[in-house]
Amino acid sequence: MIQQSVLLTIVLAPLIAAILAGIFGRFIGRVGAHTVTIGGVALSFALSAWVLKLLLVDGAPSVNETVYTWLVSDGIRMEVGFLVDRLTALMMVVVTFVSLCVHVYTIGYMHDDPGYQRFFSYISLFTFSMLMLVMANNFLQLFFGWEAVGLVSYLLIGFWYTRPSAIFANLKAFLVNRVGDFGFVLGIAGVVYFTGSLDYQTVFGLRETIAANTLEIIPGVEWQAITVICILLFVGAMGKSAQVPLHVWLPDSMEGPTPISALIHAATMVTAGIFMVARMSPLFELSETALSTVLVIGATTAFFMGLVGMVNNDIKRVVAYSTLSQLGYMTVALGVSAYSAAVFHLMTHAFFKALLFLAAGSVIIGMHHEQDMRKMGGLKKYMPITYWTALIGTLALVAVPGTSGFFSKDAIIAATAASHIPGARYAYWCVLLGVFVTSFYSFRLIFMTFHGPERFAEAGHGDHAHDGHGHDDHHGERHGAHTPHESPWVVTLPLIVLAIPSLFIGWFTIQPVLFGDYFGTAIFVQEAHDTVAHVAEEFHGSAAFSLHAFLTVPFWLMVAGAASAWFLYIKRPELPGEIANRLSWLYRLLANKYYVDELYQAVFARGSRRLGTVLWRAGDVTLIDGAVVNGSAHVVGWFSGVLRRLQSGYLYHYAFAMIIGLSALLAWYVLR
Amino acid sequence: MTLTEILFYTFSAVLIVAAVGVITARNPVHAALFLVLAFCNSAVLWLLMEAEFLAIVLVLVYVGAVMVLFLFVVMMLDINIAQMREGFTRYAPLGIIVALLVIAEIASVVWVKRLGLEEAAPAVFAAGPDYSNTRALGELLYSKYLYPFELAAMLLLLAIVAAITLTMRRRRGAKQQDVAAQVAVRPQDRVRLVKMQPEK
Amino acid sequence: MIPLEFVLMLAGLLFALSVAGIFLNRKNVILLLMCIELMLLAVNFNFVAFARQLGDLNGQIYVFFIMTVAAAESAIGLAILVVLFREKKSINVEELDEMKG
Repeated sequence: MIQQSVLLTIVLAPLIAAILAGIFGRFIGRVGAHTVTIGGVALSFALSAWVLKLLLVDGAPSVNETVYTWLVSDGIRMEVGFLVDRLTALMMVVVTFVSLCVHVYTIGYMHDDPGYQRFFSYISLFTFSMLMLVMANNFLQLFFGWEAVGLVSYLLIGFWYTRPSAIFANLKAFLVNRVGDFGFVLGIAGVVYFTGSLDYQTVFGLRETIAANTLEIIPGVEWQAITVICILLFVGAMGKSAQVPLHVWLPDSMEGPTPISALIHAATMVTAGIFMVARMSPLFELSETALSTVLVIGATTAFFMGLVGMVNNDIKRVVAYSTLSQLGYMTVALGVSAYSAAVFHLMTHAFFKALLFLAAGSVIIGMHHEQDMRKMGGLKKYMPITYWTALIGTLALVAVPGTSGFFSKDAIIAATAASHIPGARYAYWCVLLGVFVTSFYSFRLIFMTFHGPERFAEAGHGDHAHDGHGHDDHHGERHGAHTPHESPWVVTLPLIVLAIPSLFIGWFTIQPVLFGDYFGTAIFVQEAHDTVAHVAEEFHGSAAFSLHAFLTVPFWLMVAGAASAWFLYIKRPELPGEIANRLSWLYRLLANKYYVDELYQAVFARGSRRLGTVLWRAGDVTLIDGAVVNGSAHVVGWFSGVLRRLQSGYLYHYAFAMIIGLSALLAWYVLR
Repeated sequence: MTLTEILFYTFSAVLIVAAVGVITARNPVHAALFLVLAFCNSAVLWLLMEAEFLAIVLVLVYVGAVMVLFLFVVMMLDINIAQMREGFTRYAPLGIIVALLVIAEIASVVWVKRLGLEEAAPAVFAAGPDYSNTRALGELLYSKYLYPFELAAMLLLLAIVAAITLTMRRRRGAKQQDVAAQVAVRPQDRVRLVKMQPEK
Repeated sequence: MIPLEFVLMLAGLLFALSVAGIFLNRKNVILLLMCIELMLLAVNFNFVAFARQLGDLNGQIYVFFIMTVAAAESAIGLAILVVLFREKKSINVEELDEMKG
């Protein structure tokens, strides 16, 4: 039996740590701040692991209880409560584990930063928010966690708030997330409208009622209520999980310090959308249209965002685009009803993506806050631990058979192949070609950074003048030529700790998580959509699965991608430039990220500014200030000016008024 | 026409004339004197209506006290009569209209509509020969109306205090006793014993 | 015997005359006060007449109280007038417009 107090401790430990580090950071100092926050998160992690063990090994029943009733309005109960089943427990362990690694890593990375305590406070708060999100048993708390994650991400992306680019990026992240959250709120409103409840279990119990209803938003056009609700909820997920077209905030979020990129991209924030859709699987299963939408959007993200990663030169942004692409894979898995595969990929991805980010951060520390890969190269011999851990992360990312990424990604591709809902064909091609793309940009990163000639020496001088956005430099220290060095142990330890599950966790967990009865009732899949079952028919143990991979298309696409990266960046380093010249339109399209940013700037940003100006002039200045505020004042002033004449101050005027009034009253009384 | 009626109409006519005199007299002193005349006539009329005590009180209090006060003030203040009379007739039409309206209303109440007068009209009481208006009033005033009577006394006291407070002013240089200071004085403030060497 | 209606009309006439007096002597506060005295007298007439008509002494008691209040009123009114004159050197109502809005 899982005690409520344990769950409360898991959630509250990071919160209390965040408060201590944030408000009392000045008193407890740097060491105090990181001790208290790491202690809080470590406690959370230990208890989460214990809860997982209770659920898995001891077979404890899942918990669904209310801790606190905030308010009851017209029968709708707004509560704080926990639903802890195996899905939640898995997320809790992943979140707290990655968060713990990031905490430790931060000691090294933020060593010289003046905002040390503030940073620790934020990341602990981030962990708290994410835990609230995953442990919610009702939509309101889910939404609370959802928004809290958004808020803290805003704070963290703009952590170096003196940089205009960081402020721009965090505002962008916040606004884009607002768009998604708007859909999400509407979705929740739809749920409440049809079921009158915020509680998951009640809503899932009434899902057939929702499915039986139709909505008429535009007169004359009737939509299935369940489809509308699911798509609206998914719009929220698109914002948080950075799916096309709401993906624009994620690459820009690289403006934050690297540990945050790891935390946002691997364990928290972006996985919230995936988790939410998996949690809502009973609803999504009822609407094939919604699933198709999810599928197509995920596939588009998976392939086209990967392409952008192929041409980017900023080490962190390449990893960011790979995150986008991998999130696309997860979304595809959701679309084909392979929720367990999505969550499985979410978990493996959390490990190797956190690893890659932290490795990239380590490289950035080693290069004294240089992020441009064109100025790196040959770092292998200077930073061996970083190199090998990054390589492990890359192997997992490109899905080399046997690594954790392989199991999850291959399962997704297989599940997509088995699906028959509209858009499945398109999605299949996208995820298949995505393998090549993933492999190419991943190895490109490895080759440009760790192999090849040592370009940092010549680039060390002078060229620092160009300061495009994305430089992690916050110290203002400009060494000239310098030798890269391995990072301290607080940085490398998390790398090693993360490398282990990146390699092996898939091997051991694919059987129970994907094909066993791990999720139980937490995830609901309709018979007709059960693509994971198709994959299961061909699954005969991890080893066989891995061996079989050598005969499949994805494996050879992966090899092809690695080989082309090797050919272009090690063998013939002058070729990429020529190709870029030859196919300049394509290169420019990719380098400018399909001009989506420019489009949004022109249409939404400038459009809303223009609309704002018009509303300001017409609405605020003319109507509100002119007519309502000053107008009413003028009317009152004019009216009282008229009334003022009555108050002449002359005694006899008052006497006359009294007498005339008296006789008028008397006349009325007499002549009545 | 009985003697009572003759007296009533005669004094009524004088009363109206006196009232017209009050509101039209050029000089406020004349106006005050017309008012005295009106009060005296009213007293006679009240006597006719068997309100002997009130008639006497009207003469004593009003004519003897209030009107004297009026005259006193009118004569004490240096009033510019000419300035006061400016625009005398400006509101006269309005005043006459309102006055006529009031008369018309009262006439309609009394003659036309006779509001409540039907019950009052037949019941005319005649007092006996040993009836004393003063005694009857006194009995009523000191029994049933004792409490209001005392309140009225307090009201008059209040009026006295208020009138004095309003009009009193300290003149500079006027010699006054400060009783508090006199009471609070100590011997050593008054007498100082000085030891002196005898003259040689 | 004097009919009640005649007394009431006499009182009404007196009241109307004092109303007209307020309009005529609007500038002179002393005359305004006098007119008010006249009005009160008119009202008292009614009480006295009705007291006689109904043989009810309570009406006369009422007159008694009205006279008390009227005396107090004129005493304080005149005191205010004296203070006013001391301040303004005038009792012209037209010059008293501090209350003007």
